[in-house]
Amino acid sequence: MIKQDPIKRVLYIDLSKKSYSIEERDDLFANYIGGTGVAIKLLNQNCPSNIDASSPENPIIFAIGPLNGLFPIASKTVALFKSPHTGNLGESHAGGRSALAIRMAGYGAIVIKGKSERPSYITIHGDKVYFRDATTLWGLKEGVSPASLIRRREEGAGLRTIMRIGPAGERGITYSCVTLETYRHFGRLGLGAVFGSKNLKAVVISGKRDLPVLDFKDYRALYGELLKQLAESDKMKKYHELGTPANVKPLYFSKGLPIKNLLTNEHDGIDEISGESFAEKHLSRRVACSHCPVACIHLAALRKPYEDEPYFYRTVNISYDYELLYALGSMLGVTDTKGVLSLIEIVEEMGLDAISTGVVLSWLTEAYEKGIITDALTEGLKLEWGNVDTYLEVIRRIVYGNGELYEDLRKGVAYASNKYGGKEFALVFGKNEMPGYHTGYGSHLGVLFGARHSHLDSGGYAIDKEMMLKPLNEEQLADKIITEECWRQILSSLVICFFGREIYIPEVVIKCLRIAGYEIDEEDLNRIGKEIYREKYLFKIKHGFEIENLSLPDRIFELPTSVGILDRRFIQKATEILKEKIKSLL
Amino acid sequence: MPVFVKDNEKCVGCLICCFACGRAHMAVGLESSCIKVSSIGGISRGFAVYVCRGCIDPPCSRACPEDALSVRKNGGVLLKEDRCNGCGACVKACIFDAIGWNSKKNKPVICIQCGECARNCPYRVLEYVRT
Ligand code: SF4
Ligand code: SF4
Ligand code: SF4
Repeated sequence: MIKQDPIKRVLYIDLSKKSYSIEERDDLFANYIGGTGVAIKLLNQNCPSNIDASSPENPIIFAIGPLNGLFPIASKTVALFKSPHTGNLGESHAGGRSALAIRMAGYGAIVIKGKSERPSYITIHGDKVYFRDATTLWGLKEGVSPASLIRRREEGAGLRTIMRIGPAGERGITYSCVTLETYRHFGRLGLGAVFGSKNLKAVVISGKRDLPVLDFKDYRALYGELLKQLAESDKMKKYHELGTPANVKPLYFSKGLPIKNLLTNEHDGIDEISGESFAEKHLSRRVACSHCPVACIHLAALRKPYEDEPYFYRTVNISYDYELLYALGSMLGVTDTKGVLSLIEIVEEMGLDAISTGVVLSWLTEAYEKGIITDALTEGLKLEWGNVDTYLEVIRRIVYGNGELYEDLRKGVAYASNKYGGKEFALVFGKNEMPGYHTGYGSHLGVLFGARHSHLDSGGYAIDKEMMLKPLNEEQLADKIITEECWRQILSSLVICFFGREIYIPEVVIKCLRIAGYEIDEEDLNRIGKEIYREKYLFKIKHGFEIENLSLPDRIFELPTSVGILDRRFIQKATEILKEKIKSLL
Repeated sequence: MPVFVKDNEKCVGCLICCFACGRAHMAVGLESSCIKVSSIGGISRGFAVYVCRGCIDPPCSRACPEDALSVRKNGGVLLKEDRCNGCGACVKACIFDAIGWNSKKNKPVICIQCGECARNCPYRVLEYVRT
């Protein structure tokens, strides 16, 4: 670490006392680099084990790393907290302008504790923190953007991020998200509800500065090389052009795209909801996170007529990506682009996690078809695959309704299926709803054992892709999952966007870190990666996680994946090996 | 006027140009950048890029009380750092906000018409024309 680098500064904010302080934590940033490594340390230090996730004591930790602000595609911020959705480790990553804004404000991490007496938002302008009243921003209905109101009020020269919650977060829905810069999210595991429980509507961060590097000439050369690779390499092509929705069709044809709660591998409207179709019909603009040349964020224009007023139209720009087309498209049997976009729009307005919302709706539809959920419970709504209008109404009722069923659906599929039944087809892994990959052993086991039960933990779908060509045995699979998850701890400590992972291989990371003043070799990186992973598991166990109680939903064994029908014996053996490997790290 | 904004509509807001400008001034980060990118009232409407247009009769130079900004032959200005007292009048005078700041030196960072921003933009939003 370079002595003058402000990365080591940690900002502590106490919402109850409306006070803040800054501490220099060279120790943390030297040993755990930054991002997720530093954040898990701070979480372990600041989160008592017996607390509820909605307790004022639950800390929100934002952390970035030494490469943010220095190198392209180091564009992410890591958020750690105790998850109200799983009652355990909450981790979510987001880009937008957040990482650069925190860097420019002069911090490596921000810890927010306590609870504001009234709804409030906080503004961090460099060294100053302001506690602002947000009573008027609380409870705003669809159509009024709290971010635009905040934008108007907060001057803040330089770069700025606005993180904020919607009605879902205010109302404590355990899978509500935090939205940044309109289109980016701390999506998974319910950070929105943690904001809500603290009466925290938004966080604004801004700043402006230059950063130190060890050797400017080397820096400039390396930067140029990386930028070129990010722009020209074939490895990045999939994120340019169609973006991640390019995966819809290939995954469909390999049977990896989940459809209708995994009841079938067939979808009549697949061409219509493919990446190609969205690009052709709706793609209106591409945008990027700060300091990322890839611009993977694809916006779709949706033009809607006003029902009561001829010749009046409303055009909204909605961001879409693979996970959204899965969760609010194929998973619900939706067959038209406009239907998917309408669902994305309401999920954005409510501030919900799109993946969990989609899986809640797909579980509900199947449970309704099977008679587990009755008309009395739905209060007259008739769930039906592909019926967008009904889904829009269910989402409104989940957020605003007060029937028993809707109250229960606010806690996710694990909770609802526990109460009503239908666990066999409850697609949850470690209490978190499944991501868009029914590709095989790698994806399902990767999510089950991943520290945050996310497809991004170990990218298991990529392992499945390998397995389609060349089978792996249980031991090799387990090895790949753990090795990849440990390496990803490093990337998310720097904090590099995972889309850049094929460029930021260990030798490149070592070069970049050298310029940021870290003398680290590959062995060190592997050791630190493992240590961070270990810290996460220690947190999980301290907060009641039982590795022996992990189980996979029956449904995933009933339908072919990209590598065929899953073999229970293979899963059993791989599971035992994974458990042993994880335990041996602890 | 060596750098033109060809098409704001294509700008993705990546700020790669700003970092390039920083590097052109031997700096890392955004403070030193003379080129600025901001959203047009929310990201859904896109971005606007502001870069020194190399004024023939530059207000930044006229605003300078120390005569530290001399006018270039084909427009734009050159900074004579030893004359500059760090008052920031030039920054305020430029309606494009196309002047950066080096807070270590407490001096403005003036566009040197190098074209690095244009060369680095991944989407060819900017065009560099040597004058
Ligand atoms: S031409 Fe050079 S100095 Fe001027 S804005 Fe572009 S990069 Fe900066
Ligand atoms: S800095 Fe601004 S005022 Fe000065 S020459 Fe450039 S555009 Fe004109
Ligand atoms: S580099 Fe190009 S696309 Fe990126 S912000 Fe600058 S002008 Fe826009």
